Amino acid sequence: MNAVQEDIRSGLADIVNEIAGVPHEDVLPHKTFADDLDVDSLSMVEVVVAAEERFGVTIPDEAAGRMKTVSDAIDYILAQH
Amino acid sequence: MQPIDRKVVVTGVGATTPLGGDSTTTWQGLMAGRSAVRLLTHDWAADTPVKIGAQIAVEPADCLSRTEARKLDRSAQFALIAAREAWADAGFTAPAGEDTSVNPDRLGVVVASAIGGVTSLLQQYDILRDQGVRKVSPHTIPMMLPNTQGANVGLALNARAGVHSPVSACASGAESVGYAIDMIRTGRADIVVAGGTEAAIHPLNMAGFGNMMAMSKRNDDPAAASRPYDSARDGFVIGEGAGVVVLESAEHARRRGARVYAEAVGQGLSSDSHHITQPEPTGRGIAAALTALLDSSDLTAAEVVHVNAHATSTPRGDVAEVKALRKVLGDAMDHVAVSATKSMTGHLLGGAGGVETVATVLALHHRLAPPTINLDDLDPEVEADIVRGVPRALPDGPIAAVNNSFGFGGHNVVLAFRTV
Repeated sequence: MNAVQEDIRSGLADIVNEIAGVPHEDVLPHKTFADDLDVDSLSMVEVVVAAEERFGVTIPDEAAGRMKTVSDAIDYILAQH
Repeated sequence: MQPIDRKVVVTGVGATTPLGGDSTTTWQGLMAGRSAVRLLTHDWAADTPVKIGAQIAVEPADCLSRTEARKLDRSAQFALIAAREAWADAGFTAPAGEDTSVNPDRLGVVVASAIGGVTSLLQQYDILRDQGVRKVSPHTIPMMLPNTQGANVGLALNARAGVHSPVSACASGAESVGYAIDMIRTGRADIVVAGGTEAAIHPLNMAGFGNMMAMSKRNDDPAAASRPYDSARDGFVIGEGAGVVVLESAEHARRRGARVYAEAVGQGLSSDSHHITQPEPTGRGIAAALTALLDSSDLTAAEVVHVNAHATSTPRGDVAEVKALRKVLGDAMDHVAVSATKSMTGHLLGGAGGVETVATVLALHHRLAPPTINLDDLDPEVEADIVRGVPRALPDGPIAAVNNSFGFGGHNVVLAFRTV
């Protein structure tokens, strides 16, 4: 991961920690939101809205639906920058 | 075939109230005759004519994880805290199934409120108006539905025999306990966690109740504002919190060697069909509920020694209730110690029936009737033996107690418990 990717990962980790209570250091790129991080479908909507605000991007529902892992989210956010 | 013993007993109690964060501290507050009514700390109280209430003693954020709390309406937070206490008090160490002494298929939950997830509904409406659609929480609907408290307690305890939230305004908590008794009686469940909760201290409710002239405006003396049966009473004082009990078939409790607080003898239900908010002045509907209780159970008027009255401190309601009690209990009413615990807790609306069920059960268990405070000048129309100022010892031997709850809409629910 380069520095930009790490910044996004760290920002997502803050969000997931706030919403799902998962320790910051456990929010790693290969982790899946639903199974590994216990973010259910309703909470995932919260994660997406918080990520939009934090990173200044727009994440349509279809794109959000394809974000299975933290890495998917990092890649999508990076591509919007 | 042996007849099945469908007797229902209470094996656990839990509460979080303006007097304390659990049933023990709540009971201690009641015994001490302590008022929990204060000036409200909310900023908006500067603009509402009624500025007093009984806020929860221990904020739920101190008892729940942040991630758990953020998906729950405040009323469901209270319910979950009270339910977990009752569950542990009944001797269970984990949700049903995980604790192998409880079969999830035989566990029910009946927990309700008067106004549902009203705080969440209004908060999210503010967000919709001020910040737009995208910012509305995806948890809004399950947080505001009127079944939100029962549903979340059921989920937390892994209840699969049925989860219900019967809504009947300020009788909701008592109706829940009554429904739970029936679930066990009819064989639908062996254990039912039941009670009531409310979190409705919000400016909209304060404005609405205030404008209907239902609330005390004794802002200059909050601790004296809730004064059931006193000649100078001028309305109820809002409170918040929850009370929950674990009901269990006597057979199931016996099998697992559970500690039993009391028997849940039965319930009586009726409706006034008189006015949407005003009590029927003669107490006709309340008397019908009390009569239904006596007719449908083995309870006799003679064994009733204590009533935890609905008594909200409104001019009309307090009198109608006492008239009904005297009409149905007759001469037996002379040896009934009547307590109005709302004088200390305020009126917890849908939570009242739950908290007062806990108080009634503990009164039998400890053989002590809680006091009614602020009763300086007894209304001459109140022909009852009110427990004034300090607790009163209840007699030895088998005794029973009645817990009354009534709600806007004319709902009358009376519950009876007896020592075992």
